[in-house]
Amino acid sequence: MQRLPKIMLAAASLWLTAGAAQAEIKLGSVLSVTGPASFLGDPEKRTLEIYVAELNAKGGINGQQIKLFVYDDGGDANKAKTFATRLAEEDKVDAMVGGSTTGTTMAMIPVFEDAGIPFISLAGAVQVVKPVKKWVFKTPHTDTMACEKIFEDLKKRNLTKIGMISGTDAFGKSMRDQCMTVTSKYGIEVLHEESYGPRDSDMTPQLTNIKNKAGIQAVINPGFGQGPAIVTRNYRQLGITVPLYQSHGVGSKQFIDLAGTAADGVRLPAAALLVADKLPDSDPQKKVVVDYKKTYEQKTGQPVSTFGGHMYDGLMILVEAMKRAKSADKAKVRDEIEKTRNFMGTAGVVNMSATDHLGLDLTAFRMLEIKNGDWSLVQ
Amino acid sequence: MRRFAASPYGVVVLIAVLVAALPAVLPTTFYVRIAALVFIFALAVVGLNLLMGFAGQVSLGHAGFFGIGAYAVAIGPTHLGIPSWAAFVIGVALAALIAFLVGRPILRLKGHYLAVATLGLGILIAMVMTNEAAWTGGPDGMPVPRLELFGWRVRGPVTWYWVSGITLVIGAWIAANLIASPTGRAFRAIHDSETAARVLGVDVARYKLLAFVLSAAYAAVAGAYLALFDGLVTPDSAGFLRSIEFVTMAVLGGLGSIFGSVVGAMILTVLPQVLTVFHDYEHIALGAIMIVFMIFLRAGIVPSLLTFLRRSS
Repeated sequence: MQRLPKIMLAAASLWLTAGAAQAEIKLGSVLSVTGPASFLGDPEKRTLEIYVAELNAKGGINGQQIKLFVYDDGGDANKAKTFATRLAEEDKVDAMVGGSTTGTTMAMIPVFEDAGIPFISLAGAVQVVKPVKKWVFKTPHTDTMACEKIFEDLKKRNLTKIGMISGTDAFGKSMRDQCMTVTSKYGIEVLHEESYGPRDSDMTPQLTNIKNKAGIQAVINPGFGQGPAIVTRNYRQLGITVPLYQSHGVGSKQFIDLAGTAADGVRLPAAALLVADKLPDSDPQKKVVVDYKKTYEQKTGQPVSTFGGHMYDGLMILVEAMKRAKSADKAKVRDEIEKTRNFMGTAGVVNMSATDHLGLDLTAFRMLEIKNGDWSLVQ
Repeated sequence: MRRFAASPYGVVVLIAVLVAALPAVLPTTFYVRIAALVFIFALAVVGLNLLMGFAGQVSLGHAGFFGIGAYAVAIGPTHLGIPSWAAFVIGVALAALIAFLVGRPILRLKGHYLAVATLGLGILIAMVMTNEAAWTGGPDGMPVPRLELFGWRVRGPVTWYWVSGITLVIGAWIAANLIASPTGRAFRAIHDSETAARVLGVDVARYKLLAFVLSAAYAAVAGAYLALFDGLVTPDSAGFLRSIEFVTMAVLGGLGSIFGSVVGAMILTVLPQVLTVFHDYEHIALGAIMIVFMIFLRAGIVPSLLTFLRRSS
């Protein structure tokens, strides 16, 4: 047993000497690279490594090389907090970009708030930045914004009375609740509501109820995975003619494959990254998303995902802030992140302020319509 | 030394010394946090060891009880206005009650069937925590208000180091006491042969249930501590993987050894931190180390090493 403290001490000194190298910017990240949330963490980690290598090859930031500290929390909030403590106490990082899920992010926030380290999160939920926390920022849009984008489009088409069918999974539930908080803002009235379980294979009964309800002008389906594809198929089978809106949760080619021709005419809000090639050349976002898509797909050989895009945005916001601050000083960098204006990322234009640590508006989303088995932009 | 290490009370003294001496060699609060986590997990594993190592009944759902303790201290103060300490007590009592109600029927099962039943119980509890979003915050989890005792806010790694360390010593002492008592002998008799135990007049059903309820209470205490320490609770804390982690800690450290539980918890908490030097290969390294342990130290680390010491002296 006497050996144990010695081994721990040896390990400690090893870490400490590794940390005392010449002046370099230490960038920390805790991501859910393995486990149930790996579909988020994996593209995030790859993106981080690709772009940090690229930045270093170009001479780093302010002449300083970036040293990466990446840990995998496996989607476990407790592990995330431990690694966050390690980043703050042992590695003494200058900034942190990461936190794949809302759970892991919320666990890490107190650590970085206490240590005074700028923390750009990649988590979806709005509570990450609301109420505003001094050191915490985030890059992905929220579910509320997806709803608002749909409602905005409905209003444009003079449709105000809607039916809603939502999945009871985490995503569907959360988005449905978020939608309900903004209906009055857009004068939308929900006439009828239905739900389905994540493993249901037929939604005809629920959709029949919606069909029989008089006065419904459009139907919204917040959901994730295969559910929305089944809803879409059943919707066409029942011959419902009012417009169908899906959420950003189905923003992948798989949805079109699953739903087949039934998907034609379905509208959904989605990130510009999904339609990078289809954006008109005049679109100010085109260059960023096309470049990111090309780089990612070339380096990894895998199709681009919006989640990796969140990491790209976070990293670049941080890099720009460090350049403006002309140092990696934590307080200065934090102030500069808050001053981010007109930053063009994969998620949209970012304008941060002391009261808004997300900085995205509804232009972050594009309204898409599926035509002939492919995405097309709604003008 | 040999007799001291083999006696159950010697182990308690050893753990107490460890808890008291460690802060002198821990350089930063990061290490203090790791040590506190080791103590918290060790507490749950000591409880599980009573059930698995001594009474010989397997449970693949202990994270469920861990989760009940964790969510009690989150939901109690947030939704019901109950002070944290009371929610803590209620949570532990609730976990024990559920173990009592469920234990009677499922402990009639043996071997694989018991494993599947406890597995189902654990998954069921985790599902409730994931789906009842209005109460539990759903898959994103919910914040846990800080524990306040007589105006003293229990927070920070150093405080929790002492709270969890002292609780572990008490927990180990209770377990050691129990094992040395007639109840402990009954547990071991059931482990060796249920039929023989019954012939000797041991109320098998009652003692199995007692071990199950006790281990559930240990897990609930540990779960509540982790939630209060982290200030956040997510359904992962009650998930299947956490249950497996507990069983692995118990088996790796050594079934039927209290100190083995502490060693098992320590290895599975500390190793992932050390193995980050392997970057993308850390999981392979962790798996390889565990396989090597299980091949060469079959009875678990502590019992195998004790046997080795005994033979060599």
